[in-house]
Amino acid sequence: MTTLSAEHLSLTYGSAQILDNINLVVPEGKISVIIGANGCGKSTILRSLARLLTPQEGMVYLDGKAIHQQSSKEIAKKLAILPQGPEAPEDITVKDLCYYGRHPHKGLLSRQTPEDDAIVNRSLLATKMTGFVDRTLDELSGGQRQRAWISMALAQDTDLLLLDEPTTYLDLAHQIEILELLRTLNVTHGRTIVMVLHDLNQAAQYADHLISIVNGKIYQEGPPEKVFTKSMIKEVFGLNCCIIENPVDQSPLCIPIGLSYE
Amino acid sequence: MNTKQKLLLNRNFHPNLVLLVLLIIILILSIVSLGLGAIYITPSEIIRNFIGEETQSQRFILNNYRLPRIIIAIIVGAGLATAGAILQGILRNPLASPDVIGVTKGAGLAAVIIIVLFPSSPIIFLPLSAFIGAAIIATILMLFVYKKGAQPNTLALVGIALGAICQAGIEYFMIKFPDNVNSTLLWLTGSLWARGWEHVYILLPCLILIPLLIGLTSKLDILSLGDDIATSLGERSKFLRYILLSVAVILIGVCVATVGSIGFIGLIAPHIARRIVGSKFKVLLPASALVGAALLLVADSLGRGLFPPLEIPAGIITAVIGAPYFLYLLRSERKKA
Repeated sequence: MTTLSAEHLSLTYGSAQILDNINLVVPEGKISVIIGANGCGKSTILRSLARLLTPQEGMVYLDGKAIHQQSSKEIAKKLAILPQGPEAPEDITVKDLCYYGRHPHKGLLSRQTPEDDAIVNRSLLATKMTGFVDRTLDELSGGQRQRAWISMALAQDTDLLLLDEPTTYLDLAHQIEILELLRTLNVTHGRTIVMVLHDLNQAAQYADHLISIVNGKIYQEGPPEKVFTKSMIKEVFGLNCCIIENPVDQSPLCIPIGLSYE
Repeated sequence: MNTKQKLLLNRNFHPNLVLLVLLIIILILSIVSLGLGAIYITPSEIIRNFIGEETQSQRFILNNYRLPRIIIAIIVGAGLATAGAILQGILRNPLASPDVIGVTKGAGLAAVIIIVLFPSSPIIFLPLSAFIGAAIIATILMLFVYKKGAQPNTLALVGIALGAICQAGIEYFMIKFPDNVNSTLLWLTGSLWARGWEHVYILLPCLILIPLLIGLTSKLDILSLGDDIATSLGERSKFLRYILLSVAVILIGVCVATVGSIGFIGLIAPHIARRIVGSKFKVLLPASALVGAALLLVADSLGRGLFPPLEIPAGIITAVIGAPYFLYLLRSERKKA
């Protein structure tokens, strides 16, 4: 397994403190979900963990070694990140995209191996995209396109999978489809998943480990049943709510209380 | 994109077949083009010349004047088109071209300075100084964009600004030294007139870039997915963009130094190629190069063949073909958005 942790991450843009001394150990083999209000720094944490940006202070450790001292290619064999709203040339097919996931495993002139083909097929199967391999991205629906991108990240064959709001712009059915897919990957393939989610109830349902962020600081982390509380939501989102038990899976469910109900 | 367009842009042709067809087209164009000019030589006479049944006078014209010119047209057309395809890829802007990053204008300014201030200097000085001019502008461009990791927008804006400064310089010299305006204008339009073997030798070192370019095609594809994804897939996107920019700049510098600032090839050749083979660089890059070579061959042949013995500079022909196509592009880009 691959370990990922962060120590004392801090980042300022001008006078704005985006990250403020973040310390984090990603639990192996679990789904961790980062939640917080807009602009609280949750995406920044995820991007720092994936070396997409370098915080001014502190260090991210991948397998115990400072991530910025490892080659990008070596990191790409252990960690894949799917940023928000990825874009590709419109005539790229699902198959092309999925094969790009094999890029970090190849040398400058090496060709496709049967192993590549096997991993790509497995990734397309896992994301239920086998029927769409020859479609171009612009011919797909939003949910299918997101699944195609996830299949690319899967083809990278990494222990760690990071996703920044993988359900944005999707309708509810497709949101659940993506979250179920990620859960399956976690349970059956043992992948460690870290993602940013906007929907609190989905976060509570699908997270093993919930991390809430306020103003660039970790407010609280732990299993949803422990940290998903009225007071946390009040502090993190400035929202009154009541928490009930989700009748489907007994996870905590947040019912917001708007001003007109108080 | 509607279905009709899709059918037109059918990408089911085998890529190698497309490249082969383009090569054959270039071969045919070359043979026709060899015949055109003040003295017309028929294709069959040309082929007879090359298999050894030669006439002295024809052979002299072909070997000393027309053959080097055609080789130059092929290399320069391919070079400008390849540079254009690379720039469109790294700037992620389909309307990017060698002119956008200011390098062409830098070469132009240097050439104008040589033409007007040292009119009697040896012929080799012109391409040399043009290349130095291109290199200086490229260096300034690189320094400006270095800190931001050659971000597409910075690159385009700095390039346009540098180009404007050079253009101002060009105009200053042309107004100040009106005596030399003719030769200056000819150079600025871009022409293959009076280009010979010595120019071919300047261009030949470019060919060593070919293996490097083949190695870079898969990286261009990865870069076209955006910086974040490229990084996630293990590339150093900023460094990569820098390397690719350098390759494009060298190509542009050498080409412009040889034939002057021929426009539009670097813009439209990659587009035509993309319509035929799609946007994967593994095929797109060689296809662009071949289309660029064919375009410049056509432009030069038309320029030579329309009103012999008068010649129209190839740069004017490419502008006449290229400008309407550019407008058409702008229109279709807007429709897509």
